[in-house]
Amino acid sequence: MSTPQLTKVAAPARPAPRRRRLSMWWVLIAVAVTLPVAAYLADAPDLTSAGLAGATLRFSVPILLAGLGGLWAERSGTLNLGLDGMMIIGSWTGAFVGLYYGPWAALLGGVVGGVLTGLLHAVVTLAWGVDQAIAGIVINMASIGVVRFLSSITFAEKDGGSISQSPALDTVPTVSLPGASWVLDPLGEAGVPFASAWARILTGLVTDVSVATIIGLLLVPVTWWALTHSRFGLHVRACGENPTAADSLGVSPYRVRYWSQAISGGLAGLGGAYLVVAASSVYREGQVAGRGFLGLATVLFGNWTPSGVLGGSLLFGFTDALSTRQAASVSALLLIGGAALALRALWLLRAGRRSEAWGNLAVGVAVLVWFVWGPPVPRELVIVAPYLTTLVVLVVARQALRPPAAVGVPYRRSDE
Amino acid sequence: MSARLNERLEALVRRIVSPPRLASVGLHLLAVGIALGFAVAVLAIILAAYGTSPGAVIDVVGQYALTSQGWTAMVNKATTYYLAGLAAAIGFRMFLFNIGIDGQYRLGVFAAAVVGAAVSLPMVLQIPLLIVVSCVVAGAYAAIAAYLKASRGVSEVISTIMLNAVATGIIAFLISPDRLGARDEGSNNTQTPLMAESGWMPSIPVPGLGDVYGFTLLAVLLGVGYWLVTERTRFGFEQTASGEAPRAALMGGTDPRRMIVATMVASGLIAGLVGLPELLGSPTHRYGIGFPAGLAWVGLSIAIIGRNHPIGVALGALLWAFLERCALPLDLIGVPKEVVAVVQATVVLAVVTSYQLVHGISDRNARRRAATYARRAVPVQEPA
Repeated sequence: MSTPQLTKVAAPARPAPRRRRLSMWWVLIAVAVTLPVAAYLADAPDLTSAGLAGATLRFSVPILLAGLGGLWAERSGTLNLGLDGMMIIGSWTGAFVGLYYGPWAALLGGVVGGVLTGLLHAVVTLAWGVDQAIAGIVINMASIGVVRFLSSITFAEKDGGSISQSPALDTVPTVSLPGASWVLDPLGEAGVPFASAWARILTGLVTDVSVATIIGLLLVPVTWWALTHSRFGLHVRACGENPTAADSLGVSPYRVRYWSQAISGGLAGLGGAYLVVAASSVYREGQVAGRGFLGLATVLFGNWTPSGVLGGSLLFGFTDALSTRQAASVSALLLIGGAALALRALWLLRAGRRSEAWGNLAVGVAVLVWFVWGPPVPRELVIVAPYLTTLVVLVVARQALRPPAAVGVPYRRSDE
Repeated sequence: MSARLNERLEALVRRIVSPPRLASVGLHLLAVGIALGFAVAVLAIILAAYGTSPGAVIDVVGQYALTSQGWTAMVNKATTYYLAGLAAAIGFRMFLFNIGIDGQYRLGVFAAAVVGAAVSLPMVLQIPLLIVVSCVVAGAYAAIAAYLKASRGVSEVISTIMLNAVATGIIAFLISPDRLGARDEGSNNTQTPLMAESGWMPSIPVPGLGDVYGFTLLAVLLGVGYWLVTERTRFGFEQTASGEAPRAALMGGTDPRRMIVATMVASGLIAGLVGLPELLGSPTHRYGIGFPAGLAWVGLSIAIIGRNHPIGVALGALLWAFLERCALPLDLIGVPKEVVAVVQATVVLAVVTSYQLVHGISDRNARRRAATYARRAVPVQEPA
């Protein structure tokens, strides 16, 4: 014990970057102004339609749930690459339970399937010490095989089911804000600049909303509160920043990470079940379609905050919804993207980050030039829009991001 | 609970293999043995659930999978898997997870298919040209992720997943009939035009096995080259050093960022070969919808179970091809062929876990040895 040990000395704490935060309200106002303007300039009325707004919400929630799952794992210091697999398992267990006990049980079944997969990830990484990235990859691979195998012995033998598809399922009921259509419908059709567009978008957001969507959205403030205001959340964040310090104060990083990975898996599993009984009414193979990875990307995108994850998933949900609709809306995407980058450049200039600002401005102007004079946007580009957006955001915003210090570093007590 | 179980298992294992020299060899074998035993156990449980006797499985596998035709198909499939495995393995040496192998090889092989249809040189020039085109395109695509990682610190896991999706979009855009693709009369399949015949790689007739891809020979050579580069060159050493201990390597004059870029691009270059055995060797000679996709995951799995060693990767590739070959006959006796995917995942999980377990033992042994030496050395070092 007396021999001097070479221990990793923590780098001196950086002074917290004093940067003006882009407040949620400003983003909301910017979106509210940009959408009608873009719809007008690009001659794409669909951009402010109730249908698109509703679809955006439906496409966003699964990504959001996966993202929140990723957030819980990463804030406790675990890289969860297995989110996609946990969603896949959750979608299957959700469908299986839903077939017998209805849509509410399906959501619960998704959570249970996700939690079990999350715990598998926890056992493999924490008890057996397997590399976190490898464990995640293995879970993703295994999940695809496992659900196909399970489907072959369950759904394949049922009417209307096959090895890759479940029989039709009941969906979670939808609700509308009472009285909303009475006010919003006439206003939406009145043709008042801005106000009518807002009314149509609001209509899409408050009518025929699945209760599961509301649950998903409520989990954002719940996660925020739990992470920042509860004792457990403090423990989670402590283990994500400095597990050794947490351990020395009596908070076992193992215990905390088991819990947070169970939560992580549960949220991802709920996202999978949402796809089955809220976004559609059937389990289909390949339904998850990499949304777990998109969720993981929103964690980076959102700077490891619940509100950032929400913003990221809405953005992905929006481009996702857009790709299924009119081509004219698609070129509006260029307009929005270009304008957003240009605006961001102005904001960066104000914050005194010159070099970043010029980069943003250059890309933004190039995109706007394409919108005005360039060829129409090919449909294939729209499908990749969410991914391109993520790449651009990761490149543009990287310096401002601050991941938890211990993400991906396996924790080992020194006596082990 | 499982920690205690681990301890007991480790104690048991430690008693079995005590002399340290023997241990290092034995531990490797032990790890593989534990893993395979576990996978076989899982398979047995599943089969028992179906009421299928192991004898029937061995029978039907021998009858349908292990024929000379079956072996040929297996070797051909394993060739593709082996290339994907090597591409993943070289990244793993620097702890880089090149999930982008998928997008890289598809873009590369698509480019090769287009060039192969547009250009017709003599075969000795045509085939190298196609290889170069595919590798350069794939390597360049990998360079994007390499740049993002090295200069902006963007995790290659996220960026390559995004780039895979973007590659799908690029190919879907370019393959449309009014651009680079073609559509046959009365067919709905969009694909690239048929390649010029000089780009068709001749297969190698192996006695007792049948026609094996010409690329199999190339893959074997590549494996030898991989071993030479990683074990016998300065580049390989620098790679190991900056993978295992980036700070120490930096002190020694190896820029880890340069190594990240070099490794990622090398992985991409190898990935460029992944689609070629199929494109140049199989009878279709086009890139289209049915072209195998998703080989990145296969490559990563094989690299993991092969411990990044060329021979290990080769064995992994053969195991994978064998398991997939078994899928069809299993279906014949009423076991869903999806069992194979479950077994494959079990194998990967079992291999990483058992190596981790065994690693713990060898680590502890090494530490104990070091402590013994240190104790002996203390009196000598004592100042007078």
